[in-house]
Amino acid sequence: MALITDLFVQGGQMLIVLLLAPLLTGFVRATKARMMRRRGPPLVQPYRDLVRLMRKEVVLADSASWLFRVIPYLIFAATWVAASLVPTFRTGLLFSWSADLIAIAALLGSARFFLALAGLDVGTSFGGIGSSREVMIASLAEPAMIMIVFTLALLAGSTQLSTIAELMVAPGVGLRVSLGLALIALIMVALAENARIPVDNPATHLELTMVHEAMVLEYSGRHLALIELSTFLKLLLYVSLIACIFAPWGVAEQGATSAALAVGIVAYVGKLAGGGLLLAVFETSIAKMRVFRVPEFLGAALMLGLLATLLLFVSRSL
Amino acid sequence: MTVVILVCAACWLVLAGTAVAIGRSPAGSTIIYGGSLLLAVVSLVVGTIHLLGHAAPAAVTLPLGLPWIGAHFRLDALSAFFIVVVDLGAVTASLFAIGYGRHEQAPLRVLPFYPAFLAGMNVVVLADDAFSFLVAWEFMSLSSWALVLAHHQVPDNIRAGYVYIVMASFGTLALLLAFGLLAGPDGGYAFADIRASHPSAAVAALALCLALLGAGSKAGLVPLHVWLPLAHPAAPSHVSALMSGVMTKVAVYGFVRIVFDLLGEPAWWWSMVVLTLAGLTCVLGVLYALMQHDLKRLLAYHTVENIGIIFIGLGLGLAFKAYGMAWAAALALTAALLHVFNHSLFKSLLFFGAGAVLTATGERDMEHLGGLIHRMPQTAFTFLIGCAAISALPPLNGFVSEWLTFQAILVSPQLPSWGLKFLVPAVGALLALSATLAAACFVKAFGVTFLGRARTPAAMAAQETDRFSLAAMFLLAALCLAAGILPGLFIDALAGVVQTLAGERMPVQSGVEWLSIVPIAQSRSSYNGLLVFLFMVISGVLAAFAIHRLASDRLRRAPAWDCGYPDASPATQYTASSFAQPIRRVFGSAVFRAREQVTMPPPGDTGPARLHVVLHDPVWEGLYLPLAAGISFTAERLNGLQFLTIRQFLSLVFAALVILLLVLALWP
Repeated sequence: MALITDLFVQGGQMLIVLLLAPLLTGFVRATKARMMRRRGPPLVQPYRDLVRLMRKEVVLADSASWLFRVIPYLIFAATWVAASLVPTFRTGLLFSWSADLIAIAALLGSARFFLALAGLDVGTSFGGIGSSREVMIASLAEPAMIMIVFTLALLAGSTQLSTIAELMVAPGVGLRVSLGLALIALIMVALAENARIPVDNPATHLELTMVHEAMVLEYSGRHLALIELSTFLKLLLYVSLIACIFAPWGVAEQGATSAALAVGIVAYVGKLAGGGLLLAVFETSIAKMRVFRVPEFLGAALMLGLLATLLLFVSRSL
Repeated sequence: MTVVILVCAACWLVLAGTAVAIGRSPAGSTIIYGGSLLLAVVSLVVGTIHLLGHAAPAAVTLPLGLPWIGAHFRLDALSAFFIVVVDLGAVTASLFAIGYGRHEQAPLRVLPFYPAFLAGMNVVVLADDAFSFLVAWEFMSLSSWALVLAHHQVPDNIRAGYVYIVMASFGTLALLLAFGLLAGPDGGYAFADIRASHPSAAVAALALCLALLGAGSKAGLVPLHVWLPLAHPAAPSHVSALMSGVMTKVAVYGFVRIVFDLLGEPAWWWSMVVLTLAGLTCVLGVLYALMQHDLKRLLAYHTVENIGIIFIGLGLGLAFKAYGMAWAAALALTAALLHVFNHSLFKSLLFFGAGAVLTATGERDMEHLGGLIHRMPQTAFTFLIGCAAISALPPLNGFVSEWLTFQAILVSPQLPSWGLKFLVPAVGALLALSATLAAACFVKAFGVTFLGRARTPAAMAAQETDRFSLAAMFLLAALCLAAGILPGLFIDALAGVVQTLAGERMPVQSGVEWLSIVPIAQSRSSYNGLLVFLFMVISGVLAAFAIHRLASDRLRRAPAWDCGYPDASPATQYTASSFAQPIRRVFGSAVFRAREQVTMPPPGDTGPARLHVVLHDPVWEGLYLPLAAGISFTAERLNGLQFLTIRQFLSLVFAALVILLLVLALWP
C-alpha cells in the first residue's frame, strides 16, 4: 500500500511539475508586465504558445543533422527527470535515491551540453555565439553549484536531496553563516542557469548579447516547443530547489495523510507564486550586464560557495 | 596465470621480430595486428579471471636479469586490474589497427615496435623486483619513442621525440634512484624485500618525491606533462590511444605500487603534495586543451586533466590512510581506480575517432573540418558517446568515478589536519571547475569537428571509416555505457585491489536494491545509473510518441534562418578559436597571459583586418626554457675542460681523488 502511495506521489509530482511549469513562466511574465504598467499576456499564454508550436510544421535547416532532431527530446528528458527528483510537496520521493543533488546538477549539465551542440549544428554564426557564451557561463555556474551542494551535503551528511530537505524541515538547523552564503550563491546560479536578467534576457531576440535564444534560433515547431517546455521546467526546478532547501515549510513528510499532502500542494503553489513574484520584482529593478561582467558575477557565486564549504570544513556549527 | 601472460609477452616479442620480415607485404599488417589482438585477448581473459576470482597472488621467478636476484614476476589483485586495463586497451587498439594500419605509409616503422610496446607494458605491471620493473619500463618508453618517430619526416615529430626521450630518461632516472634508496645498501631489489624493510621516514619521503617525479613524468602531472601533448599526437592514432589511454595508466600503476604498497604507512603531508599537484594538473590540463585546435593535441591535454582527477583520488586515499580511516581510503582509491578504467575506455575511443577522421580527411586541425556527422555518422555517434563520457555526463561512466571522488571529498572534514581541511575544499572546487571546462572543451571538439558545415573540400569528401575501426569504437562506446549504468559490478570487481591497498573495501554493491551504488551507507548518498538511464529513455520516448501522435509530425527542409542573414560561406561559422574566445578571455588572460591584437586596415582600404592571439605557456616558459638555458650555460662553461694539458688532467684526477677520500673520511 505504501509503495502504491509512493508511486502515486512520484507520478503525481512528475505531472504537477510538467503542468505547473508553463504557468510559473506565464506568471513571471504577467507580473513583470504589470510592474512595467503594461497589460501583458494572459497567464495561460505559455500553454497557448506550446500548443501552437506543436501544431506547426518543423522547418529544418538544410545543414541540420540527425543530432539536431534528437537533441530536443534529450534535453526534455534530462530536464524532466531532474525536475521530478526535486521534492516539491512531499519529501521521500520513491526514486529520490536514484540520483542525488550532484546527479541532478549533472543532468542539467547534460541538457546544456546537448543544447550547446545544437547551437553549433546548423553552422550559423548566431548559434555559435550562443553556444560559446553558454559554456563560458556554465564553466563558472556549475562549479558554484557543486560548492553549494558541498555546503548542504556537509550539513546534512548526505548529498541526497530528500535527506537534506528533511534536515531543513526538522528544528535545530537554525541560522547559519554557511547557509546564508549558500542561499545567495544559489540564487545567483539560478539566475544564470535560467538565462534571466542580469545574466541574459529571456525576452530578447536579435540582440548580440543574447545567449540562450541564440542557441535555439534554428529550432521551430514541435522541437522548439520541447525546448521551451524544458526551459519552463528548469525555472520551476530551481524555484522548487530553493523552496525545498530554504523554505521547507508545509512540505509533507513520507507517509503523511492526504490532508497533509493537500497542505503540501497548496504550500508549494504558494511558494512558486512567491518565487515568481520575487523574480519579477528583481528583474524589473535591475539592468542586464555586459557579457564579460557575467564571469565576475558568477565568480562571486563560486567564491561564496567555496567560503561556505570552507566554513563547514572548519566547524560544523558555522 | 603469471606464466601465461609472460608467454604472451614473449610471443609479442616474436611477433615484433616477424614484423621486420613480413612488414612490407600487404597481409603483414593484418597478421601482426591480428596476432597482437589474439595475445591481448588471452592476457585480458587471464587478468579478468584473476581479478574477479579474487585469486591468491601467483609469483614466478625466472633465471634472467641480475644473476644474484633473478627476475621476479607476480600477479596480485593490483597487477591483475592493470593487466585488464592494459589488455583491454590492447585488444581494442589492435582491432582498430587491423583497419587503420592499412593506410600506414611506413609500416616497417610501426609494425615491429607495436607488439614490443604491448609486451613492455604487460611486463611492467607483472614485475616484482626493481630490476625487471625498470628494464620493462625503459623497454616500454623506448618502443613508444620509436612509434612517436614513425612519421619522422614531419619536423614537429622530431621535436616531440626529442622532448619525449629527455623526459622519459629523466623519469627512469628518478625511479632508479627511488628503488636504489628503497633497496638500501644490501641491495634487496625484490619487491618482497623492500616491503619487509620498512624504510625510515626520511627515506620514504625522498622515495615518494622521486616516485612522483618518475611516475608523474610518465603520467603527465603538471609541470612534468610537457612531452605528452607533443608526443601522443605524433604517433599513429592507435598508438596515441595506447599511449594516452594505457601507458599513462601504467605510470599510475608505478606510483600506486611504490607509494601504497612498497613504502608502508604514509605520512599525512604526502597527501598535501599529491593533492596540490593533482588539483593544478586538473585545471591546467583542461585550460591548455581549450586553447588547442589540433584534435589529437586537445585529447592529449585532456589526458593530463584526467590524470589530475586520478591523482586527486590517490591523494585523498593517502590522507585517509595516514589517519587510519580505512573505509574512506577505500572509497577514494575505488574512485581513482575506477577513473583509471573509465579513462582508458573513453580516451581510447576518442583517439580512435580522431584517427578515423585523420584517415578520412588527412586533417587533425579542427579549423579545417566540420560537418563530418553527415559523412561519417557512425564515427560521429561513437565519438559523441566518448565526449559525453569524458565530460562526466550521467548516465555514462565518467560521471560515476567523478561522483565517487566528490563523495570522498565530502567525508574529508573528518580529517584532523588543518592543512588538509583548507586544501581539500579548494581541490574540490578545482575538480568541479575542470569537470565543467571539460564539458565546454568537448562541445568545442565535437561541435567544430563533426557539426556545422564542412570548411574544406577534404572534409566535404570524407568517407565513413572501415568496419574493423568501427567495431573497436562501438565496443568501447558500449563499455562506456555499461560501466555507466552498472557501476556496482565494476566497483565490486575492484574490491580485492582496494582491500590490499587500503586494508578495507567499499560496501558490497551487488546486493543493493535496483543495482544502485552506495559509497558509504544507504542513508548518506546513492546513485543509480541504470534508473537514470531508463528514466531518460522512457521520458524521451514518451515525449516523442506523444508529440508525433497528438501533434504535428510534418517537417520541411529549408535554408538556415540565422536571423534572416544566412551566409553561404562556411567560413562564417564559429571556429575552434572563436568558440574558446570567451573562456580564453576569462581564464586565459591570467593563466596564459593571452593577448589579442587587432590590426585594422586604414579607412578606405579594402585589405583584411587581422586578429592575432598571443598565448604564453607558463610551464614551458617559466620552468623549462630557464632550465635549458641554465644547462647550456653550464655546458658552455665546462667546455674548457676538454682542452686541458695532460698535467692539468692528472691534477684534476688527483684533486677529485683527494676530495672523495676526504668525504669518505668525514662521513659519519
